[in-house]
Amino acid sequence: MLTSKHIMTMDDLSADDITLILDTAESFAEVNQRRIKKLPTLRGRTIVNLFFEPSTRTRMSFEIASKRLSADGVNFTASSSATVKGETLRDTAKTLAAMSCDLVVVRHKYAGAPQMLAEVMDCSIVNGGDGVHEHPTQALLDLYTMRQALGRLEGLRVGIVGDICHSRVAGSLVPALRKVGATPVIIAPPTLMPARPDVLGAEVAYDLDEVLPSLDVAYLLRVQFERATRMPFPSNREYAMLYGMNLARMERLPSHAVVMHPGPMNRGVEISADVADSTRSLILGQVESGVAVRMAVMYLLLGGADSGAAA
Amino acid sequence: MGYRVKAEVMDAEAVDRALTRIAHEILEANKGCGDIALAGIMTRGVDMANRLAARIERIEGTPVAVGSLDISFYRDDVSIRLAPEVHTTDIPYPVDGRTIVLVDDVLYTGRTIRAAMDAIMDYGRPAAIQLAVLVDRGHRELPIRADFVGKNVPTARRERVKVLLEELDGRDAVLIMEDDGEGE
Repeated sequence: MLTSKHIMTMDDLSADDITLILDTAESFAEVNQRRIKKLPTLRGRTIVNLFFEPSTRTRMSFEIASKRLSADGVNFTASSSATVKGETLRDTAKTLAAMSCDLVVVRHKYAGAPQMLAEVMDCSIVNGGDGVHEHPTQALLDLYTMRQALGRLEGLRVGIVGDICHSRVAGSLVPALRKVGATPVIIAPPTLMPARPDVLGAEVAYDLDEVLPSLDVAYLLRVQFERATRMPFPSNREYAMLYGMNLARMERLPSHAVVMHPGPMNRGVEISADVADSTRSLILGQVESGVAVRMAVMYLLLGGADSGAAA
Repeated sequence: MGYRVKAEVMDAEAVDRALTRIAHEILEANKGCGDIALAGIMTRGVDMANRLAARIERIEGTPVAVGSLDISFYRDDVSIRLAPEVHTTDIPYPVDGRTIVLVDDVLYTGRTIRAAMDAIMDYGRPAAIQLAVLVDRGHRELPIRADFVGKNVPTARRERVKVLLEELDGRDAVLIMEDDGEGE
């Protein structure tokens, strides 16, 4: 059993919880290789995907995960709902609660939206990304992918490169890496660093080339042009020259090191096409792991729920 | 919660003889091992399946395929409690058209076997499914029976049957445990 009923931030998970999720995900990864990729485990449970922001991989990943566990998945997209008529998040949540669902996955442009849902709903809440705050299942699938590729998590040095200040991925990955005994290093131009990078608890660097030889993982973040209020650097070309991953930079990594990206990619900006498609890139592996990790999260949050008080 | 040993109903020699007899019975019932494959149910069923496979190979001279089955995701009580440990299922052979012999240590309510049959069916359409167990302790809750049984052991519901195997426990034995009366 997990410590918390919800996964809203990495604070909800202990190091043991993380290990349990990753170990359980390994069993689900086997199921995803079968011809019949379906288990009866969560039959009769209702899982709602509440997405107020656009998403391809996260929403589909949660949807496929719920279907493979035989849960009934319901998709909510803000553009085709009462939200456009002005319904508040709180009222939407109460409406859903009245239809008694078992788990809600929420993505919202405001940080703290999952916590607000938890206040008005009894079911488990999973944060599918809230503003520039956290995206915990992304961090979990990243840990899973790293563990599969490198055989361990403890002691790894993971360089998280790029748009730190707008990144909920970094917001979850930095504390997640610390919990499992790895060392996060954040690397970005000053304009894409948070105002107080030291409070994140990661090593802080501004020169990517200097750090590369010490890394086990180079994790490139998408430059989130849509969140930036003004252009954070003079040109895409200048950014690519200083902070983009390309073949020459990949050569500077230790030979065992791997390259990751949470997607969607700006090819030619934070990552060059030849690196993204190289054998050292785990980008599609991350997507593949996402389904198994989300199945594990759903199974562990919903399974055994009836005896939660007694156990 | 405490349990103490009430009786040892099988010792190492009895376990050994029972497994040898089951191996012969499997071969007799299936007229050889041409189309059969074993599937051990985690965790002790897997060790038993490996031992049965070794015996069958010794008798027939041809190897028989062995897989391991974790039924955690097929249990009918997922909403009540989670399996303490989840293992990875490994069925390294095609199931279609084969006779699959499920192997487990203890047959009790039959619910584990129901889950195991569902799990096997997700890999394909076996020609038949058979069941081999070391101990049948009764108290079935589903219409399920074993094809090959090491020993029938009448028990009370409050008792527990513990199978010890060399691979996991350091010795082979079957014990009946009873509540020591000290409660949980």
